[in-house]
Amino acid sequence: MTRYVIVGNGVAGVAAISSLRALEGSAEIVQVAEDARGFYSRPGLAYYLTDEIPEKMLTIYTKDDWRKLKTRFVKGVVTTINPQKHQVEFGALGKLSYDRLLLATGSTAVPAAVPGAALQGVVKLDDFDDSRRIISLARRAKTAVVLGGGIIALELVEGLKARGVKVHYFLRGKRYWPNVLDEAESRLLEQRLAEDGVTLHFQTEAAEILGKSGKVIAVRTTRGETIRCEMVAVGIGVKLRLELAKAAGLATDKGILTDENMRTSQPDIFAAGDVAQVRDPVSGQAFIDTLWYPAREKGRIAALNMTGRKIPYQRKVSVNVLRLAGVMTTIIGAVGSGVDDDLVSVARGSSESWQQLPNTIAMESNMDVNHVRLMIGENTLLGAMVMGEQKLSLPLQEIISSKVDISSIRHLLHPGAPLGQIIMDFWESLKS
Amino acid sequence: MGIQLSLSNESQRREVLVSGQVVPDPIRCVQCGICSFNCPIGIDVRRHAWLGEIIETSTCLTCGECVRRCPRGVLRFERTELFRKASE
Repeated sequence: MTRYVIVGNGVAGVAAISSLRALEGSAEIVQVAEDARGFYSRPGLAYYLTDEIPEKMLTIYTKDDWRKLKTRFVKGVVTTINPQKHQVEFGALGKLSYDRLLLATGSTAVPAAVPGAALQGVVKLDDFDDSRRIISLARRAKTAVVLGGGIIALELVEGLKARGVKVHYFLRGKRYWPNVLDEAESRLLEQRLAEDGVTLHFQTEAAEILGKSGKVIAVRTTRGETIRCEMVAVGIGVKLRLELAKAAGLATDKGILTDENMRTSQPDIFAAGDVAQVRDPVSGQAFIDTLWYPAREKGRIAALNMTGRKIPYQRKVSVNVLRLAGVMTTIIGAVGSGVDDDLVSVARGSSESWQQLPNTIAMESNMDVNHVRLMIGENTLLGAMVMGEQKLSLPLQEIISSKVDISSIRHLLHPGAPLGQIIMDFWESLKS
Repeated sequence: MGIQLSLSNESQRREVLVSGQVVPDPIRCVQCGICSFNCPIGIDVRRHAWLGEIIETSTCLTCGECVRRCPRGVLRFERTELFRKASE
């Protein structure tokens, strides 16, 4: 009987387990994870922080689901992989042999590299325990400083604000999330945050977190200001958990390198989820996505290939829909470029494809908080940003994902054109 | 947000309530559970989204609470063909 060992209990690992069980009813499946909390929605932590859902709602799989999957769970930390012996080791606690191994070890938040980062009151948003800690601290805190960029930093801002904490948000650069948003979009969200009472500090970094009796009392900024606070929340990016793979001699780059079948440089070891950097057979490049659905899909495809099938992972156009500063926002395909000074590593909830700006013409249409930006290629749309009103979100997702030929409307897409109406009319004509 | 605006016409809204069904887009879903938490009759909408299944249960009120609350734009109303077929 084949033994499959899955390291990790995020969406990639669980998707792999579900697929393996569906494919091989009698195979032995062992899941190894440090966190015995089960399968929960990591992106959902943001809504737990804002008090939109109670803690119990975060758990996705019930006991009954796990019983049906007939998986043996091992709570522990894999310290070593021995590819030659086909074994994973748990330090002095023992070993476990495998026929096929999946590494879905995910990522972990990068800590702030400033003096005082170890003080009580400095928090991150990585897992269940972090969100509990934030909620507990926020009960007593009056003021917090948030450091970082991208989605996680904003989730921290909004979560703390919802808990009644006054928030100071430090941005290293001149605007929010510059490698994905254009200037108008950054300004729109910054304005929303300011209206909600968040104090934004541009071109500002924490020079030192000051403490008293081991607890945060203030942050001294690089501009020489001192802001009194009881909490410092850090969302400066994530670090992929590569240590095990590296020590085992697997090929790595930013992530664990895999071929399109999710196979690493060792034939019986596969990788999926945030940690997998998957080769795209079309471009020959290897990409990282830290989005929920691609992680799930990678887990599913890895499972198919672990059972001996040859199914390539088809990299799709990245789509993320989120609420940023209260504004519903859809990000599809290539929309930005460059770097974000607020993120020192990989951003969670992001995709490298968003930053890969090909030769495009950007076209925008603004109306109050409603905003549409299209990245127009030769005969197709390559990316879109939809903020506020979301009527265009699904049509654009379809048009971009399916690489629909837009040559019939391309000449209409010029500055000042009613983009929304043109796209909706085009969409209606496609459907009919 | 989108659905609220698109249903601003009252007669259209009523029509959707009686002839619509809630359809998830799993690509957008992060399984946060806001939909299931807010369903007034306890349908596990999240599970439908995980499985990519339309909420076809006859107990669904099509009240739109899950559609309105979803922070990821996963859920939308689609017209069911049930009534059209019955009248043909």
